Amino acid sequence: MPIRFIRKPQNELEKGGRQSAPPVSADENEPSTACPNCRKQIPLSQIWGNFHCCTSCGHHFRMNARQRINFIADSDSFIETDSGLVSRDFMSFPGYRQKLDTTIKSGGENEAVICGEASIGGVRCGLFVMEPYFMMGSMGTAVGERITRLFEYMTAKRLPVVGYTVSGGARMQEGILSLMQMAKTSAAVARHSAAGLFYLVVLTDPTTGGVTASFAMEGDIILAEPGAVIGFAGARVIEQTTRKKLPQGFQTAEFCLDHGFVDAIVPRSSQKQAVASLLRFHTGGAVTNEHEQ
Amino acid sequence: MSNKTAYDKVRLARANNRPTGKDYIDAMFDGFFELHGDRRYGDDPAIVAGLAKLMDMPVTVIAIEKGRSARERAFRNFGAPNPEGYRKALRLMRQAEKFKRPVVCFVDTSGAYCGIGAEERGQGQAIAENLMTMMTLKTPVISVLVGEGGSGGALALAVADRVWILENAVYSVISPEGCASILWKDASRAAEAAASLKLTSEDILSFGVADKIIPEKELGKGDFYLGLKTMLYEELSGLKVLPLESLLEARFARFRRLGTEGLLET
Ligand SMILES: [Zn+2]
Repeated sequence: MPIRFIRKPQNELEKGGRQSAPPVSADENEPSTACPNCRKQIPLSQIWGNFHCCTSCGHHFRMNARQRINFIADSDSFIETDSGLVSRDFMSFPGYRQKLDTTIKSGGENEAVICGEASIGGVRCGLFVMEPYFMMGSMGTAVGERITRLFEYMTAKRLPVVGYTVSGGARMQEGILSLMQMAKTSAAVARHSAAGLFYLVVLTDPTTGGVTASFAMEGDIILAEPGAVIGFAGARVIEQTTRKKLPQGFQTAEFCLDHGFVDAIVPRSSQKQAVASLLRFHTGGAVTNEHEQ
Repeated sequence: MSNKTAYDKVRLARANNRPTGKDYIDAMFDGFFELHGDRRYGDDPAIVAGLAKLMDMPVTVIAIEKGRSARERAFRNFGAPNPEGYRKALRLMRQAEKFKRPVVCFVDTSGAYCGIGAEERGQGQAIAENLMTMMTLKTPVISVLVGEGGSGGALALAVADRVWILENAVYSVISPEGCASILWKDASRAAEAAASLKLTSEDILSFGVADKIIPEKELGKGDFYLGLKTMLYEELSGLKVLPLESLLEARFARFRRLGTEGLLET
């Protein structure tokens, strides 16, 4: 299975051409965005047509959870579970109710994770995908419960679980019970694992805090997207605590690979193949490089 | 119920004159033999662990130690464990499982250490592995929150059959200062944040996160330790005779229900 750190440009055109000016799209009015990595203006349609990656440097743009599901699950195979399970402001935490309301109105999702059952490359599995645009994927009681239930459903059905993490950590507005979701999800992962079932997790940018310290690091196989920030403590907190300058590339997917905490970095261009192959490997089939539909 | 504010309790939980982890070991256990190292990288002085007798019962005891003098506090990293501390604890818990010894943990930390080396050596992975393993550890575990219960760094030693909390100890997902600076960009509003976070022992008990509050009457004195020692002994004696399956099922159920009451299902 081809595993590369970033998608290398195939030719001069992919690098953005020889001209120093930003590439001009056919339609002058076509919306474009500046790549935060190479700083080139890239038309949005090109990014969307390239797995939400920069066509110039391969930078992986953030995807929302529905885009992820469309990307990884076989078409029309996804059946969502517990979509109506949401957090209540049970501690009357200052500003939380309003924050939930505006987040739900602006993004369309009602919680920071979407769970369900899907096929990936023809293999049935549980799938959870965290939502960066819902309070930065923070884990409250609803996120913990949805993920726990997914592992329980899949344990009962004897199916593997594929998870995509993106999270700023535990949701402080739900206090200590958010913290307890780390223990609860870990318990569910442990039972699924004890039943001999496969759990594959893909860490995406950013995966931090309580999610890193629980189900993100509990996969049988842990993949990561190129350049993703992955860590426990926030970089700023570490800087303040240690009063040291952080090394280059600190807490990136590549840093985690170097230090032995992820199995492989897989860019989106080959990610569906990789996930499908690993799923098949654990259902008795062989790992292949067959192209997935 | 006391009339102290939540932030008063945070200050009490952090107070330098409070008993530290080693005080509990020395006062309540006999013949403590300290065991060092995670067999992977090093030994973390922020966690003190080893073998001891609780009356006639052999146990493995694990305590986060903040230190008291300036020098010792620096040596103990102010009770902020590195990954090797959690891995030492895990190693000794597995050893306890092998020899069918109960485990007693004393938790007192502002949180897992936020350092460069801690990240390089997988702080998140170390905590995650403790959560998963403690959930299925085949021996009774009691964790006592004796001071600060700082987030994942505390939880990594508090997945247990019984979780007890001292009257003026606190347990929180984030420090009040951290919460205030994220929420209001103003760490000086920590007292307000502390009240909102519901981190006092009464709150923790009411959420079902702790099973019992240990009164602090005579804290650090003979009767206090004798009372706690008796409670630990009786509780462990009860847990030890449970069939392993019921013990583990109850531990799972204890954590499984947390947070479900606050949910809405539409
Ligand atoms: Zn770029």
